[in-house]
Formats: sequence, C-alpha cells, structure tokens
Amino acid sequence: MTGTASRTAVEAVRAAFHRMTEVRAGRDGLNCVLWSDEELALQGAATVDNSGVTGPLAGVPYVAKDNIATLGLPTTCASRILEGYVSPYEATVVTRLREAGAVLVAKTNCDEFAMGSSNENSAYGPARNPHDPTRVPGGSSGGSAAAVAAGITRIALGSETGGSVRQPAAYCGVVGVKPTYGRVSRYGLVAFASSLDQVGAFGATVDDAAAVMEVIAGCDPRDSTTSDREVPRYRESARESLEGLVIGRPREYFPDSLEPRLARLCDRALEAMRARGATVREISLPHTDLAIPVYYIIAPAEASSNLARFDGVRYGLRVEGDGLRGMYEATRSRGFGPEVTRRILLGTYVLSAGYYDAYYRKAQEVRTLIARDFHETFEDGVHVIFTPTAPTPAFPLGAKTDPYEMYLNDIFTATANLAGVPAMSVPIGRIDGLPVGGQLIARHFDERTMFRAAYALERELGAEAHR
Amino acid sequence: MAVTRDDVLHVAALARLALDEARVPALVQELNGILSHMDVLRKVDTEGVMGTAGVGDAAAPLRPDAVAQIPLRRPRADLAPAWRDGFFLVPRLATHDAAGGEEDDA
Repeated sequence: MTGTASRTAVEAVRAAFHRMTEVRAGRDGLNCVLWSDEELALQGAATVDNSGVTGPLAGVPYVAKDNIATLGLPTTCASRILEGYVSPYEATVVTRLREAGAVLVAKTNCDEFAMGSSNENSAYGPARNPHDPTRVPGGSSGGSAAAVAAGITRIALGSETGGSVRQPAAYCGVVGVKPTYGRVSRYGLVAFASSLDQVGAFGATVDDAAAVMEVIAGCDPRDSTTSDREVPRYRESARESLEGLVIGRPREYFPDSLEPRLARLCDRALEAMRARGATVREISLPHTDLAIPVYYIIAPAEASSNLARFDGVRYGLRVEGDGLRGMYEATRSRGFGPEVTRRILLGTYVLSAGYYDAYYRKAQEVRTLIARDFHETFEDGVHVIFTPTAPTPAFPLGAKTDPYEMYLNDIFTATANLAGVPAMSVPIGRIDGLPVGGQLIARHFDERTMFRAAYALERELGAEAHR
Repeated sequence: MAVTRDDVLHVAALARLALDEARVPALVQELNGILSHMDVLRKVDTEGVMGTAGVGDAAAPLRPDAVAQIPLRRPRADLAPAWRDGFFLVPRLATHDAAGGEEDDA
C-alpha cells in the first residue's frame, strides 16, 4: 500500500476523479460508478490533509458498493425501490475507513440487493469488465471490482453472500477478500441473507486488501454477530515464507470437466507456493456439489424475510394502490427487479407450510455437512485450501439467461459462506487475455495465514499473475 | 414436488407481490426449473444431523443491556413517503373502510 506519502489526499482524490473521466466510469462507459460527488470528496480529502492522520490508508481514495450505507451519497442497492435514498447514518466500515484517513469517492454498481453473479441485475444497467467491456465484471460487487481494475482506486468495499467479492475480483484481475463470518461489522450493510452476509475488501494487490482488512475488522457493539477476538496485523505476514504450511487441493474443485487452461494455471499457482516452502496435499470436501442447492434455498429464504421491510411506509419508493395492501403490492412489484422478485418467491415458497421441512430444514442440515467438511480438513492439519475462484473467466454480457446456469457461477465460492470460513481470490494468470483467480480458504478467524499464503503466491508469480 | 400456478400466486400474495399476469407462466417454469436441482438434497442422509442456522463465533460478546439512540443525520420525516405530526402515514385499512369509517385515504 502506497498511501499518500508522495501526494496529498486532495491530489489523490483529484486523480481518482480524473481517472473516472478517462475510463468513462459512468453510464456511457464501464458503468461501474453509480454515485459520486467530487466536491464532497475533496472536502473529505482536505479534512484528512489537515488532520495529521497517518497510516497506510491516510489520504487513499476508495469506492464502496451501493448496499453500504454512506452519508452524503445515495445508498440504493442498485434498486428502484431505494431510488434517491440517502442514508441518515453510515456503516461502521465506512466510519472506520474515514477515521483511518481513507476518502470515499464513489458508490459502485452491483446486482440489485447483491443478488447476482454478473452485475446484470442492476436497475441501472450492468457494469462492464475493464479488460473487455463486452463482458461482465462478475457480481454482485462488479462495480467495485471494475473500479479497482480500471485504476480509479486501489481499494474498494464490497459485500459477500455467496462469492460476490471473490468472483468479480477473479473476473477483473484484482484481489478480493471475504472475511470470516463475524470478523467485520455489518452495521450499515443492507441485509440480504443474514447468516451468510459479510462486508469484503478489494485491493489492487494483496497488501492493499490486507491494509483495508486491518482497519475494518474487529468487534462492533452495533453488530452483535461480530467477534471480540483480537485482529492480527495481517500485513506482517507479507515477507514470511511458507515453510511448514500445508495447502489442501480438494479434488471436488478440480473435476475432469474443468477448463484445462484454468487447471494448468492452478497447478502453476500451487507450484509457486511449493517453491516458497509449502506442502501440497490432495484432500476431499465430499459435500461440495450440494453447496449450490443449499445456498439457493437458504439465501432466498433469508432474503424473503429481510426484504419484507421495503413496503413503501418508512423510506424509499411508494406506489399507491387499492388500500394498504394494494400499496404494499404496487410498491414492491414496481420497485423490485425480476431476479429479486424470483428470489423472494423462491424464498417464500421454501419457507411456506408444507415445504419448510423438505427444503429449508433439509438445506440447513446439509449445510452442517458442508461446514463439517471444512472443519475436519483443518483439524487434519491442513492450513489453507486452494481452488479456482470461478469455473471460467468473465463471460459475455447476456450470455446466461437460465437462472440456475447463472447460479452455478458460485459453485466454488458459496461453500465458504455456508461454512463461515474466510476466503480470498488472488490473480493467477489469464485465459485468452481475461483474468482468472485462485481461491485461498482458511479456518475461522485465521485470515492471517490466508494472507501469508496470498502474499507468497503473489510475490512468486510476479508479473505472470497478470498474463 | 412441482410448483403450480396456484402455488406461485399463493406465495406472491404471502410476499405482498402483485405479479403481472403475463409473467406467471414463466415464473412457474423458472421456479420448477430451479427447484428440480434442489431435489438432490432429499437423497442425502441427514439422520441425526442438527441444522445450521448460523456460523457465528460461539463466544460472541454481549454489549451492555442499555438502549443507545443512534443519531440520525436526517430526520425520519425526510425519508418517509408520507408523514404527519410525527407519524408515518399509510393508506386506510380495508377493514376500516368496511366498518364505514371516513374516506380519508391518509
């Protein structure tokens, strides 16, 4: 992380806005930025310059996904139902970054309410991949990943429910971190599926992402799911060797059908970590193939409950209808897009009388088996698991029209959310010029070991990680 | 366990969603398509397995049991679609209309 040792916060923010213009970050271009206010950002930057705040994030501009509450800029979750909504309070992660001297410059595009794997479900149109604007940047935090990949900022905030930071990080060739469930406060993160959601960090490099994590991690009295465990200094692992580290290679993530070039890039990444002292062990996570059915029962079920709050009464869109119920129905039908509607229906169905046991309860039980796979693997002496982040590089806009085919994009990432373990994506090379990522998964609250492996992998691959 | 048109309309009513009539057949098909992939779970032996409702730290800390007001930068009245005298305004309940109440739609 370079911080602003060589320039003021004001200069850094001006450069970020210059870059937004240069890469056409708005609707007519990458569409990765939904809301920005240069004057407001410059005020924030001037405050940092006058405050004497120091540290790796002092004066560093950043962007945040549009489902994270911020003061001054709208928080719409890329949904019509929250069009124009400006939060009256800010998320704890935003407060912590501000206190560390980081300056928010924009809110980024995403799938509506974070439901999607391509950013195509945004009410404001899809963000585009800076490496090939005819392709998706991934999702749901696609705008944040694209903003970092396009060089607008070096760091960004996103959110994860089933892979929404790691998959776009892989597609855009940047680093993306999903922390352990409970490691980072969700106060001010608009809820999607509360047993899965986490705020995540993007970085142009491993060190950028680690610097963000050091600031945002830790207990928050406003989020009762946060842990009060000490937050390690992740960046101290930057120069450590991998001697003694055991890396698990789960066979279920490397099926015969895996794109051969992706398999080769993964082998190269494993070889790179071996060269730094790690041992690689073949392992099995036998319930992996059940993760998508489990995830797409539990997440919509929780979403159907969480999104009940959008009813036209207290904030957001209201569409008048016939009486109170008519108003609810008109508001929600006009305000939610097709994928959100589909998931609310699916979630309501699996929770409804007669289907709860067959779907929701069963999914919770199988979730236990998936979490147990990870627990037993780590108990067996494996420190970090390595897999591809996504089965393919970024796909063309509009290429996937079947909902379940889209859901399969989360096949390698949803398991970590279901188990609550930390995971991150690191660039490991390209296929036909498009970035692909390798995923590192660690045991609960052991982000430090995960970063240790990521730093070593990044250093050993060097420029090869981006070609 | 096929989803029917009536099922879709039933859950839409539960979820307070008014569906466009033309969209219903496609939704029936989509939900059946998605749920057919979930059937694999029925074959998994989960006898004696406790369901996982959450994956948080078992030792999550407790804060003091005190009410702490979170200061808002904007008043609720600014956010509300309709507001009067410190209250959110909603359309009149149909049951009140039936009881012959005023026709004030506020």
